[in-house]
Amino acid sequence: MYARMQLRRTFLATVAAAGLVASVAGLASAPAMAQGQPVKIGELNSYSRFAAFAVPYRNGMQLAQEEINAKGGVLGGRKLEIVFRDDGSTPGDAVRVAEELLTRENVSFLAGTFLSNVGLAVADFANQKKTLFIATEPLTDAITMGAGNRYTFRVRPSTYMQTKMLVEAVKAKGVKKWAIVAPNYEYGQSAAANFKKLIKVATPDAEIVGEQFPALGKIDAGATVAALESLKPDGIFNVLFGADLTTFVREGNTRGLFEKRTVASLLTGEPEYLIPLGEETPEGWIVTGYPWDQITDAPHKAFIDAYRAKFNDTPRLGSFLGYSVGYMMRDLLEKAGSTDTEKLIATLKGDFKFTSVAGPVAIRALDQQSTMGAWVGETTKQGKAGAMKNWKYEDGAKYLFPEAEVKAARKE
Amino acid sequence: MSLLAAEGLDKSFGGVVAARNVTFAVEAGKLLAIIGPNGAGKSTIFNMVGGQLRPDAGRVMLAGHDITGLAPRRIWRLGVGRTFQVAQTFVSMTVAENVQMALISRHGRTRAWWPDASGLYREEAIALLDRVGMSANAERPSSELAYGDVKRVELAVALAGAPKLLLMDEPTAGMAPKERAQLMELVHGIARERGLGVLFTEHDMDAVFAHADDIIVLVRGEIIAAGRPDEVRANARVREVYLGGSGGADGGPARTSATAG
Amino acid sequence: MTAKRIVAAKRDHHLSDLSFLLVQALNGLASASSLFIIAAGLTIVFGVTRIVNFAHGSFYMLGAYFGVTLIPRLLDVSSSFPMFLAGVLAAALGVGLIGVAMELVLLRRIYKVPELFQLLATFGVVLAVQDLVLKIWGPLDILGPRAPGLRGAVDILGHRFPSYELFLIAMGPLVLGALWLLMHKTRFGVLVRAATQDREMVGALGVNQALLFTGALFLGAALAGLGGALQTPKLAANPHMDISVIAEAFVVTVVGGMGSVPGAFLAALLIAELQAFGILIFPKITLVLVFLLMALVLVVRPWGLMGRPEAGQARVVLPEGIVRLQRFGRAEHVAVAAAGVILLALPLVGDAYAIKVAIEVLAFALAAFSLNFLIGVGGIVSFGHAAYFGLGAYAAGLMVTRLGLPMEPALIAAPVIAGLGAALFGFFVVRLTGIYLAMLTLAFAQIVYAVAFQWVEVTGGDNGVVGVWPSRWAGGRTTYYYLALVVVAAAVVLLRRGIYAPFGYTLRAARDSAVRADAIGIDVRTHRWLAFTIAGAAAGLAGGLFAFSKGSIDPTLISIPMSVDFLVMTLLGGVQTVVGPLVGAAAFHSIRDLLMPLTDYWRLLLGLAIIAIVLAFPRGIVGGALLLRSRLGWDDAVARARARTPA
Repeated sequence: MYARMQLRRTFLATVAAAGLVASVAGLASAPAMAQGQPVKIGELNSYSRFAAFAVPYRNGMQLAQEEINAKGGVLGGRKLEIVFRDDGSTPGDAVRVAEELLTRENVSFLAGTFLSNVGLAVADFANQKKTLFIATEPLTDAITMGAGNRYTFRVRPSTYMQTKMLVEAVKAKGVKKWAIVAPNYEYGQSAAANFKKLIKVATPDAEIVGEQFPALGKIDAGATVAALESLKPDGIFNVLFGADLTTFVREGNTRGLFEKRTVASLLTGEPEYLIPLGEETPEGWIVTGYPWDQITDAPHKAFIDAYRAKFNDTPRLGSFLGYSVGYMMRDLLEKAGSTDTEKLIATLKGDFKFTSVAGPVAIRALDQQSTMGAWVGETTKQGKAGAMKNWKYEDGAKYLFPEAEVKAARKE
Repeated sequence: MSLLAAEGLDKSFGGVVAARNVTFAVEAGKLLAIIGPNGAGKSTIFNMVGGQLRPDAGRVMLAGHDITGLAPRRIWRLGVGRTFQVAQTFVSMTVAENVQMALISRHGRTRAWWPDASGLYREEAIALLDRVGMSANAERPSSELAYGDVKRVELAVALAGAPKLLLMDEPTAGMAPKERAQLMELVHGIARERGLGVLFTEHDMDAVFAHADDIIVLVRGEIIAAGRPDEVRANARVREVYLGGSGGADGGPARTSATAG
Repeated sequence: MTAKRIVAAKRDHHLSDLSFLLVQALNGLASASSLFIIAAGLTIVFGVTRIVNFAHGSFYMLGAYFGVTLIPRLLDVSSSFPMFLAGVLAAALGVGLIGVAMELVLLRRIYKVPELFQLLATFGVVLAVQDLVLKIWGPLDILGPRAPGLRGAVDILGHRFPSYELFLIAMGPLVLGALWLLMHKTRFGVLVRAATQDREMVGALGVNQALLFTGALFLGAALAGLGGALQTPKLAANPHMDISVIAEAFVVTVVGGMGSVPGAFLAALLIAELQAFGILIFPKITLVLVFLLMALVLVVRPWGLMGRPEAGQARVVLPEGIVRLQRFGRAEHVAVAAAGVILLALPLVGDAYAIKVAIEVLAFALAAFSLNFLIGVGGIVSFGHAAYFGLGAYAAGLMVTRLGLPMEPALIAAPVIAGLGAALFGFFVVRLTGIYLAMLTLAFAQIVYAVAFQWVEVTGGDNGVVGVWPSRWAGGRTTYYYLALVVVAAAVVLLRRGIYAPFGYTLRAARDSAVRADAIGIDVRTHRWLAFTIAGAAAGLAGGLFAFSKGSIDPTLISIPMSVDFLVMTLLGGVQTVVGPLVGAAAFHSIRDLLMPLTDYWRLLLGLAIIAIVLAFPRGIVGGALLLRSRLGWDDAVARARARTPA
């Protein structure tokens, strides 16, 4: 018996050792050089840690890739091949993965990332390696402002832009006493800072009566809601999302925090966050989001139908973004006529426009930010599910950072 | 001037008195035994002398220096080596390395980053092991030794500090009778040849009465008798309180409690 | 300025509102109950098995997922409070059974191996469960239904207070009472308490230890599951909740005193109330408050509020670290030479990416080696070694980006600053032992993390700082690789030297028996402090090298997962060997790098790989190799003996 156990141990040990050897061998083996045909693009994102957003995003991009290739690909018949990698959700892992995409997969350029710090690290890496990086999802203002560089272009409307859209939308209500609740990290803090700045411009006598910064993913909702309630604000600017948001909303609903108050809330209208809210969805919050279920214009509807058919799931904002970026890649390659980094950058900086299903999107050369917009509207309940109403698509071009601020911030 | 003088030591733990006005002295070259039933406060006194406990009142003088409340490592540097009731060795080291470690410490080289420790003071260590009859086991891991041998190694470690005074808390506990006699014989010999004072506690009355020059008897933290072995043996109060009704000085009941402890 | 004053005035206003303060206290109580129920399970499992169960957070998460799955179905049958309760209990029971399964399948096989390896195995479970949850329930958060009968709120002094939270407030003391009864009125409970006080005693009494451990795991897991299921009407079940709860649960357990259920109750109360009122004064304190409290408690009361010094501390047991200090024989010299040749030749045979990964492996190897200098030699188990890695990275990164200095002085500053940080924290750390020491290192690491995270002007906050690139001469990948190789090799050789030198022997002496060491004149604390400082400095050097290889610094370098990674690397290689951590770092990083591109579920595979390695090599990879060699009779001693035998 003992001997048999030993034998088994030894066997397991051998197997594990063999695995190790294999992994070391894998490290040393040189990759096959990617020659000629497909145009490879490296896409790294938090597919594992932030799957709720990133997986629909990947789905959307894959759908675009299929359509593009079915229609003859890019650059005169070459296939578009997007190599997807998990970025590990930390800057350290992401930079290594980016390196792998560049050196082993020989991708023409990089795209993706979700978390702001990951996006910034990859942006700087791209700068160092003189490679184009299309930062698709990170919202941080820094990536196009203070930490911006000539190799990095951002697609999604930034924290600043989306906050500005909300401030414009609540302006008419004339709310003066605002409280802010935001997750305690860069995204939350910069959204709060933007809001403070913008609301003063929109409503000169507005004041911020208090702020709450619960730790990301760890909100003590009862205490936070009570703390906000005690400030007796007339309006609440919310930046919470994910599990923090659902907890906060249910607690606030029970305690009547939102009654007779104006609530402006970033991203809450995105299906990623509305679906978990379900019955709990508050009425009349002013939000940015994605009312896919009510979109009727033809190209967009076609995308939604194709997406639902292919993945047997409803689209999220991430799906729209991924799909749009897929076509952006095609248009970029076609217009540049090359995969050469400098040509790609020159193209993006030269009045570049691509067509998204929501309308044409341009890149502003000054801060290398796209003019992709967002849907701004109010939350409402439809049966047991959350939805948006009274929404409209706000073109991002109107909400970009003022040029003077960009010039002051960018260090180029 | 005595080698060691304890003067009026008091110690209590949350109302329980472990030592009350304990005064005694150890002379160079002499063995002083502290005896007493379990819980009499023997280990407490030991730990106050060794520095592991600080007395509530009283002084401990070593060759005229006040060492009360000093840390054990300082007391060791002043020339006090000790062994523990439950033998403490460095179980990840060989027998020789245990002694070498003490020698490294004695020579103030514990922070040295360069020489290979396994070769340092090796001959000196082997000589000490030889003295306690353990040199044949020098290369064995100390974790593999029989308990009696561990006690011998501990003695060698204590001697490595070139002490003037040895503190031995139940040096023979857990040993077979024959081993006990041998160990006490060894300690006695070393003490005489080096002029060491030895303070020890012991449950084994044979060992005590055969080797101690003086004995103090402790009951509930108080010395009830002190003197030469024959005086203590003859002391009526000791017979009454400590040896109970059985009378004989061979320590029958005490030995029973020693096996239990 | 004026705006700030207005805000301050408002705060004073709401702080003087008594009814609000009462409500806030009630909010604190509700959180305290939840926290206590989870922490009670953790403390019981630790008390009985001495396993630091990282997977406790996973149990909590599973409880929530079971809850959101079961409760709606039961409420469909009949929407009543008893049905809700039945769902909660069923979820708790289900998680309890998973705890039993984990005990039977995994932990039971490794009770005989050093406790740290059990911790490693539970970490593997955490990774695996994360991905399994994602696979089974999908990535979207799932909010459970409200509890029937407790959907609304009651009026308390003009404030609306959720009735479900009143129920939660009652649950805490209820569970405490039930546990008290269990512990004092049942044989199982008495055994649990006995085992908590003295584990070996129970073994000696001839109690069926296996059954007791299974029972403890059931109880602990069920409590975690109960905590999770009870949260579902408040908190959406989500795949991040395991990590978010585990650190806090540990803090409660440690502040209360490991193994003490009433202590956990007291600590949960303290922490939740501090949290509830702390945010009124410092809204950004949420990140660090609990760790500040833990550090404070441990400095003042080294065994927690109601804990006791570890039973049997003075007992002579074989340490978990290096027992037999192996010396290099011929085989080792050949292996080291071969490794050296491979490392030197790597840039010739490997591609750019291989070199990149190798640079990271080198930095991690030094960090892991320095950690084992503490664990394997000094017996000082640090859960927060990333603090010094991160301090080094930040020191180097900030010098380059903020002060405009070149790489060379920055790489010198990295170990110096990290060493100073280690000296500062180490001063307090070395006063403690065992799990309390480990948790204090964690608390300090978390404080460093919070500073890096929140001091945005200097550190760049959670975005960190980019632009940390090497000097021009070292900018080439191959050049930087050789630089890293030389620096790491030199540091490792130097540290290794210290292990064989009197200093290393002294550390081991202090670890084997602090009492004996003290009695031969060794200043135990000072030597441990020095070791902590040196290990911190070495980790800082590794951090500096890492920062320059990445081009950026950010708080993830200081985070708990990073500390855990170092621990995993060290343990995988084997804490009982000198070179094990180097192998562990290479293995762990390579396995992760190999798995990550393969699938989104790489965490599952990584977790399973860790579990497999723990089962196959319960002493780490190098420890296992040594054991194998001695079994096969390849020992040098054997070889020498054979050589002497005349042919």
